[in-house]
Amino acid sequence: MRVVIAEDLFLLRDGLTRMLQAHGLQIAAAVDNGADLLAAVTADQPDVAIVDVRLPPTFTDEGIRAALAARREVPGLPVLVLSQYVEQLYARELLAGGSGGIGYLLKDRVFDSGQFVDAVRRVAAGGTAMDPEVIARLLARNAGDGTLATLSPREREVLALMAEGRSNAAIAQRLVITERAVAKHTASIFLKLGLQPSDDDNRRVLAVLAYLGG
Amino acid sequence: MAVLTSPPRTRPRFGPQAGLVAATRGVAFTGLMLAGLGLLIVIVGANFLTALGVAALIVGNRGPQDSHTLLALVVLGTGLGLARFAVLPALLGIRGLARLTRQLAADWCGVSIPERYAPRPDQAPSFTGRLRWLATDPATWRDVTWTAANLVAVVLAALSAAIIATGLIEFIGPELTREIPPPAFPGNTAATLAVLGLAIASVGVLAAPALLRAYGLLARSILAPDGEAELASRVRQLTRSRTEALDTGAAEIRRIERDLHDGAQARLVAMGMTLDAAGQVIDTNPEAARALVFEARDASVKALAELRALIRGIHPPVLADRGLADAIRALALDTPARIHLASDLNGRPPAPVESAAYFAVSELLANVSKHAEARQTWIDIRYTDEMLRIGVTDNGHGGADPSRGSGLRGIERRLAAFDGILAISSPPGGPTAVTMEIPCALSSPKTSSC
Repeated sequence: MRVVIAEDLFLLRDGLTRMLQAHGLQIAAAVDNGADLLAAVTADQPDVAIVDVRLPPTFTDEGIRAALAARREVPGLPVLVLSQYVEQLYARELLAGGSGGIGYLLKDRVFDSGQFVDAVRRVAAGGTAMDPEVIARLLARNAGDGTLATLSPREREVLALMAEGRSNAAIAQRLVITERAVAKHTASIFLKLGLQPSDDDNRRVLAVLAYLGG
Repeated sequence: MAVLTSPPRTRPRFGPQAGLVAATRGVAFTGLMLAGLGLLIVIVGANFLTALGVAALIVGNRGPQDSHTLLALVVLGTGLGLARFAVLPALLGIRGLARLTRQLAADWCGVSIPERYAPRPDQAPSFTGRLRWLATDPATWRDVTWTAANLVAVVLAALSAAIIATGLIEFIGPELTREIPPPAFPGNTAATLAVLGLAIASVGVLAAPALLRAYGLLARSILAPDGEAELASRVRQLTRSRTEALDTGAAEIRRIERDLHDGAQARLVAMGMTLDAAGQVIDTNPEAARALVFEARDASVKALAELRALIRGIHPPVLADRGLADAIRALALDTPARIHLASDLNGRPPAPVESAAYFAVSELLANVSKHAEARQTWIDIRYTDEMLRIGVTDNGHGGADPSRGSGLRGIERRLAAFDGILAISSPPGGPTAVTMEIPCALSSPKTSSC
């Protein structure tokens, strides 16, 4: 799998490169600004781009704009955005296209390299990886919603993991239950929330995020 | 705290109804004049009696009669007694009447008269302290001058009512009572008298709004503060807001220092110790070392989370990235209540103003979800006439009391540093409408470089 990295801090760029290489991913290019990212994704056609939100020259939300521009340039290009903080506003903008292949994670998540590489692979495969903090805030915002209150605590856990973009298998592993149990929970959740069930992982994630207003 | 009152009504329109209303109001001003007269008599009387008493004592000492001296002492005592106990309340009463006049001039005459009084001394002061407070305030003397001038000026206000009454009583009244009036001029008949009476009354009705407005303008010429008073008041206000801004800034820095010290710094120390412990046992007990390293990693995640929360409290990144409207939009996304945001902001206010406005809205939204039980909130951001205006309205149960909540006071203090103001209207039962106004310039919108 070939990866392009856009991160302006050398230490982080270097660390990411080494960590991904250690997990057998190939780094096509590692750049430090948005313009170079656009050039790299068109030239190298990577499987996924990993982009820091703050990039020169403005050091504001350059990365988000670069990521969206890259996806316009190379339609369907999977992009994983990393940030020191997460905002629902940015999550919305990234998801607004309605297609998959989007990740939005706190930089801290790279500390757990196994989980992080999982997320990179998921996004590269056209899936979604939303940061647990984004999901936690979405759930907190919807706490007053009567329908959500009808979910059991276990179902709410499953819902959160589903919203992060995890597959049934990953959820089962995480909660130490069987995949069949997860499937039962998801069916019940979709029934309670009145959502159209879907076997397609990504469509399922988008439906859940849309329900939560993400 | 500015409390929203109904805005000064515009210049009264002409027309029979408006004229009659204006005439009635003119008569009402006569009541204020009479009250002022009473208070003036108290003040003048105190001075007069004191002077008379002193004079009588001096004159009386030349003669032998004790009764004269006694009478002089009684007069002097009454004068001094009045001076001691009645002059201050009378001056305050005159101030009250002047304030009422300003309010009514705005509501009835369409003339707004600025009000500037020296602030009341903080501690309960002595009699002389209070007297000095009143006597050294030029506004007091403007009020007294107006109260005296009003004895004559009120004619202007009451004139229309007098004209109307003349028209009705002199000409139509006799007609109704079927008394034959003396022939005042050739061709005098009941019918022409009635027409004449109606004409005079109509003149009164038509002239009433203009006369009332003229009265308001006259009141303004005396009651409005002069430039020096304006400046003095402005200096007082700036001194206060500067002190408050410095205090707020210092308190904020202390809070950040404490948070860093107790939070991220402490966690980094702990991480260093954990890693050191891992280093000690890495050869003898690699398993334990691995557990310690993971522990250090988790501590770093917690330290980062704390730093994020702290940064959000100092200056939210989304505010720096996107500006006020998007930052408030992001805030709205984190708030359970439904929020409708409208913004016509075309550019960015200076960073300190942006930050103050953001935290003000943040505080208001927190108030809404804590107290108001509102289902919906409307936020309106506008920029017109060099003024940033932000309205936050909710459909909760109202009853927000600015004097009780320290949050609203805090917002007011923060805005005051920019000459901004906060106005709140929150009747019991709702809705609550908070309006903030901050004068500022806008920089041109940041152009995308991507």
